[in-house]
Amino acid sequence: MQNAPFVRRRTILGAASLAASVTGAALVAGCGADEPSTEAKTGGTLRAAFAGSGADEVLDPHRVNLFADAARAKAMFDKLADLGTDMAAVPRLAESWEADPDLTVWTVKLRKATFHDGGPVRAADVLYSYRRIADPEETFRARSDLAPIDLEASRAVDDTTVEFVLNYPLAEFPNALAAFGAYIVPEGAEDFTSPIGSGPFTFASFEPGREFTAERFADYWDGPALLDRVQIVVADEESARVNALLGGQVEYAHDLSATTARANEGNDAVGLVASPGSNMLGFAMKTDRAPFDDVRVRQAMFLLADRAELVESVLSGRGQIGNDLFGLGFEHYADAIPQREKDLEAAKALFAEAGVETITIDTADVGSGLVEAAQIFAEQIRAAGVAVELNERNADAYWSEVLTEGQIASYRSGAMPIASHISQRLLTDSPTNLTQWHHADFDEQYLQLQSTADDADRQALYDAIQQRLHDEGGYLVWGFADWIIGTLPGVHGVEQAPANTLEWARFDKVWMD
Amino acid sequence: MLAYAARRTGLGFVQVLAVAVLAFALVELLPGDAAVALAGDQPDPAAIERIRERMHLDQPALVRLADWIGGLVTGDLGASLVSGRPVADILGAALQPTLVLAVSTLVLLLPLSIGLGVAAARRRGRWPDRLITTATVGLYSVPEFALAVLLVSVFAIGLAWLPPTAVGVPSLLAEPLVLVLPLAVLLARPICSIARLVRAGMIEALGSEYVAHVRRAGVAERRVVFAHALPNALTPATAQIARTVDWLLGGVIVVESVFVIPGLGTALVDAVNARDLPVVQGIAVVFGVTTVAVNLLADLVAFRLAPRMEVAR
Repeated sequence: MQNAPFVRRRTILGAASLAASVTGAALVAGCGADEPSTEAKTGGTLRAAFAGSGADEVLDPHRVNLFADAARAKAMFDKLADLGTDMAAVPRLAESWEADPDLTVWTVKLRKATFHDGGPVRAADVLYSYRRIADPEETFRARSDLAPIDLEASRAVDDTTVEFVLNYPLAEFPNALAAFGAYIVPEGAEDFTSPIGSGPFTFASFEPGREFTAERFADYWDGPALLDRVQIVVADEESARVNALLGGQVEYAHDLSATTARANEGNDAVGLVASPGSNMLGFAMKTDRAPFDDVRVRQAMFLLADRAELVESVLSGRGQIGNDLFGLGFEHYADAIPQREKDLEAAKALFAEAGVETITIDTADVGSGLVEAAQIFAEQIRAAGVAVELNERNADAYWSEVLTEGQIASYRSGAMPIASHISQRLLTDSPTNLTQWHHADFDEQYLQLQSTADDADRQALYDAIQQRLHDEGGYLVWGFADWIIGTLPGVHGVEQAPANTLEWARFDKVWMD
Repeated sequence: MLAYAARRTGLGFVQVLAVAVLAFALVELLPGDAAVALAGDQPDPAAIERIRERMHLDQPALVRLADWIGGLVTGDLGASLVSGRPVADILGAALQPTLVLAVSTLVLLLPLSIGLGVAAARRRGRWPDRLITTATVGLYSVPEFALAVLLVSVFAIGLAWLPPTAVGVPSLLAEPLVLVLPLAVLLARPICSIARLVRAGMIEALGSEYVAHVRRAGVAERRVVFAHALPNALTPATAQIARTVDWLLGGVIVVESVFVIPGLGTALVDAVNARDLPVVQGIAVVFGVTTVAVNLLADLVAFRLAPRMEVAR
């Protein structure tokens, strides 16, 4: 289901960017939060710096991959739904949705919205967009999210009503409408050099890997944007984004490191917007092979982890500790399960019982702090008397390799609904089942969850599933990193929201003094 | 000399092709291909297979290489695997900022470094020489990224005199102020190395028999230095200048990434990360051509400056 990609530009010059943040910090100490504004003002151009992918960037909203792609697509297009900060689906172009009793036919009512060329957003546009994404000849990212829909059987009841027929019951179907990249384009759209969408901004200019500009769309259904214009510029290195912000070249810098944030706390020249719980960090243990096929070994790993130390050293304290469950703070999260505490003696005993002597951790520089976390965690395992080898892999092929290879791998995940986490990663036929978690009864339980219409009953199933993962699953979740955005003083309306959710990069609600 | 140039050019073509094939082989040896790189943290094997088919990566490497060479012969560099944009367009866009940086650096570098070298040599052992020598040794030992970070911190963030990066700038020439810090970084080390070579060459030339002879003939000192000693003194520096030009035309990735200049270095890093082979090979061809051309030019210049010297074969 919902992809929430976390493709982050790797640091080419780790040393350079570190040095930059350190010297930057020395020269400009301190930071101020966004003060509550008096009255929103209209006008101005907001320049926002994102990491990009160079000359290969495209504006096809169905081909989004990086955050910069998503921010550009979001400026110009809408989805039927989007995810709220707690990952619950929020209606967007859809005004409402309703399921039949067995949750296999969903009727979606569209709101009155117009494309930038003046045409209305119709049911036919929705079906065209979804069929384009689902095209088996194509490689669009949201395709797997839309897989539950039988698009042949689905139909436009009238211009503002779509009837989606599903291949199986899906209580959380609205999540699919909010899938990453499931944007609605006008029927027949194939050429996106000068795209037409229904979003808050109309296309003005685009140079791949450099800049993108869009202007306020006066007829936006959700009220016209406050800004006249938004410009998204590309700066791959985090240090360059920080410097551009500190030097006043941009008003908004996306994806800053915890180090930068710490260095600029109390600096009046920048505002920091941190969204808690945005990025899950952990290790994925392969439950189908030694040594982690023995549940005692997984439990020993859970018990020896010093989560507070990891959050403090890897995230500079800018995060929360994890409880070996995905989705802290999200809808359906099992917060009744007590926080797991470190118990080194118990871990040692479990290791001894299972007879574990060495563990090899795979890691790679595929996200900030991942390699550091592996190094620190390796020390923590050694303290429990087990030898650890670190295997640093090539970053570009890392995810593909660790899907099937190795024992335990550094892992991270962006925000997504808990149901998506389960369906993508924990079912026998899940496409990215990194922990090799294959349990027919677990699959069955999830199927039952998706066939349960009653909210309380469904929550009970969510709790049971999460309890089992907490007890014996393969994901060791040690923490959740804040998502940090920097703004200049005078920029208002930037919300705390995990990346790729509704309020993230929501430039139509931003205004400047 | 013409026959020599023609022979070198012919050899150059072979060298460029060899570089491109080597680049192909090296990227093939990296783990993962463009489909894997594109899938990133969503490595759904079925999706990767689809992407692979779409990019025609399911064909054997040799077939793809042969296709590419076939295209090259007809002047077609192919298209990006990821975006489908023609490689020539991508190269053109990346070459522009790299050329602006390289040409502006050279325009400042040559007079500055030669001037400093000559000045130091003429006052050998006295304070200007010692000052120049100490400064060039000191500056030469500072790596580019450290200098870049320092300059940005002081002049862009601290004093706010200059823009810290070139982010969002449509063209470097449109806003020349953004060039100041990158040029300072690019100039720092080459000035040092070339000035020191010129100084050494100049000292040798000024002490040589033929200069003594010219002086005895009563030629004015300025003319002795610039018309007689300098051409000989420059010969050892030409190879170093050629290396610098080659380095600049390769897109200095450190400078590009600190200052957000989307030149050739950035394009290469992006292409290798994405395993976008046609783009990598296109850039390899550009690098090969510039290296061959610059070295040929340097040899010819050295030959002109000191015709008695045998050109390296």
